[in-house]
Amino acid sequence: MPRYRSPVFPFVRPPELDGRAGRRWPVAIVGAGPVGLAAAIDLALAGIASVVIDESNVVSTGSRAICWSKRTLEIFDRLGVGDRMVAKGVTWKVGRLFHRDREVYAFDLLPEPGHKRPAFINLQQYYVEEYLIDRARDFPDLIELRFMSRVTDAGQDPDCAWVDVETPEGKYRLAADYVIACDGVRSTVRRSLGLDFIGRAFEERFLITDVEMAVEFPSERWFWFEPPFHDGQSALLHKQPDNIYRIDLQLGSGADPEEERRPERVIPRIRAMVGERPFEVDWISVYSFQCRRLARFVHDRVIFAGDSAHIVSPFGARGGNGGIQDVDNLCWKLATVLKGEGPPALLETYNTERVHGADENILNSARATSFMTPKSRMEHLFRDEVLALASTHPFARQLVNSGRLSRPCSLAGFSLGTAETSDLGGTMVPGAPCLDAPVRGANGEDGWLLDHLGGSFIALGFGALASTPPGVRGLTVGGSGDLQDPQGLLAARYDGAPSVVYLIRPDQHVAARFREPTVAEISRALARAQGSSNA
Amino acid sequence: MTDPTLTTTWNLGTDGDDLYARLMAAHEGLTDDESARLNVRLVLLLMNHIGDRAVLEEAIAAARPSRPEPTNAT
Ligand SMILES: Cc1cc2nc3c(=O)[nH]c(=O)nc-3n(C[C@H](O)[C@H](O)[C@H](O)COP(=O)(O)OP(=O)(O)OC[C@H]3O[C@@H](n4cnc5c(N)ncnc54)[C@H](O)[C@@H]3O)c2cc1C
Repeated sequence: MPRYRSPVFPFVRPPELDGRAGRRWPVAIVGAGPVGLAAAIDLALAGIASVVIDESNVVSTGSRAICWSKRTLEIFDRLGVGDRMVAKGVTWKVGRLFHRDREVYAFDLLPEPGHKRPAFINLQQYYVEEYLIDRARDFPDLIELRFMSRVTDAGQDPDCAWVDVETPEGKYRLAADYVIACDGVRSTVRRSLGLDFIGRAFEERFLITDVEMAVEFPSERWFWFEPPFHDGQSALLHKQPDNIYRIDLQLGSGADPEEERRPERVIPRIRAMVGERPFEVDWISVYSFQCRRLARFVHDRVIFAGDSAHIVSPFGARGGNGGIQDVDNLCWKLATVLKGEGPPALLETYNTERVHGADENILNSARATSFMTPKSRMEHLFRDEVLALASTHPFARQLVNSGRLSRPCSLAGFSLGTAETSDLGGTMVPGAPCLDAPVRGANGEDGWLLDHLGGSFIALGFGALASTPPGVRGLTVGGSGDLQDPQGLLAARYDGAPSVVYLIRPDQHVAARFREPTVAEISRALARAQGSSNA
Repeated sequence: MTDPTLTTTWNLGTDGDDLYARLMAAHEGLTDDESARLNVRLVLLLMNHIGDRAVLEEAIAAARPSRPEPTNAT
């Protein structure tokens, strides 16, 4: 019996059903999952109105995604929902790997201090969606949520994209300048456009359950190869809020999903794992996984984001986190184009940058899944012997792969970044996602760098900042500037010294960096970062 | 082809026969499965020791039969 009860969102009769032409929406978003909701909020923050259309009237059934990465939390901060997610979530950063009954390896995903957000929180997808819906409701003039509204077809003409919507009270067609398809892995929009995924599927089946137990296991990710309590190849235990634990048990490729989903089958498996502790099963599901994507995410006025564009196995927590990074990348560009501040070609850089991100996620997820599901005797031998060597030879521990957990994606080398001409050191090269650092504000209040970045282009200047071109907000560090660097971490992480200036994108990625730039240089970098091809 | 970095000229001095015999001796008395595992561990240990991507890529290419690799190898 699930513990969480979703709010039920009512159907509201839209004007289109009464023959009134609805308004022409700048953006229609199909799907109110984490990705669609985040997109609506991000666009609203940029002043762009959108309508979100979802076939359901509740949030995600079952917890599905649980691990939300530091980068996602930073984006959620920008969207104004980070605090609520972190307050409810279980913070963690350590993963432990076991082989049979012995621990082989532990990893710390954020070993250094001086960051606002932890490496990860665990929070059930239904809470994430509920909080995003609450936040979306802060923008009644800019976000309209339409529940119990199923998109049955989608297409486009030269001047607009459209979706056909089916509701309990009838059907209508809705037109928009752009449609963002966030309708998940079985995307109707994708099918309507005749598009298909490329990539690979794994046959292996995994039992994924959420179990409620009043115990205090540590807030760590525990992963077993050849667990002593389960006859399959692997198992995972991971804590969520409300005394809920995620348990994954690998079942093999021959497992019958219908059979394995039955509580009579599931309960003894969990019992073998958790012993005599009382528990209640909250959610049961049997999955097989794919690592695939669309060839392109941008199809003129129809743009794909999240699981509709790419799908990965969950080992590495790259699905939802990848989707939120799609939103982060797309929305400021779409807003720029809709406001006429940049050419439609800017949207093509969403395609190249996020196809790159998806490929990184697919590569890592597929490798982890391959390690867990050796497909030949020789692969099996290598896997076994990596695990065996790991107990005596520390180097082998790093070959053990139970999932390489989601990391922010670097866009170094892509076209919006200005090639580096300075001799600046450190990792904050053009394209890098900005690292956080503790800062002190003008009134002496302690805060975090990333809370001052994002939303618009920013020139972050160490020492004095001469002047900034129109459209760029200046932010100075040190002296009588906007921010102080009390621990010196900001200067350390950005190789900051007087006269160093960073141009930072609305999605908190470095666009350019210089020593003593002229305004013209910053302007050129800005034009380039806004997709102007002659910059 | 860029400059080859894998040493394919003789590199074992006067120890070649000894080392070959040593390798055979290590397999003596093992079942096929145990032997296969020994080889696997040896590959992993040496791979880490070499630690040079270009060398290892060349070695893998040199060792693999000339059938093309399947494209979905990740
Ligand atoms: C077992 C499991 C564990 C996972 N763990 C993690 C994790 O720890 N971390 C992580 O980051 N990711 C994880 N993921 C992946 C994550 O759940 C997905 O990547 C994420 O849900 C994608 O969000 P989305 O908004 O793109 O799609 P979805 O969440 O699938 O949302 C799609 C929305 O579109 C709506 N919709 C669909 N079709 C239509 C239509 N025709 N008309 C109108 N509406 C429609 C649906 O009602 C739904 O609300 C996991 C997935 C699974 C299955």
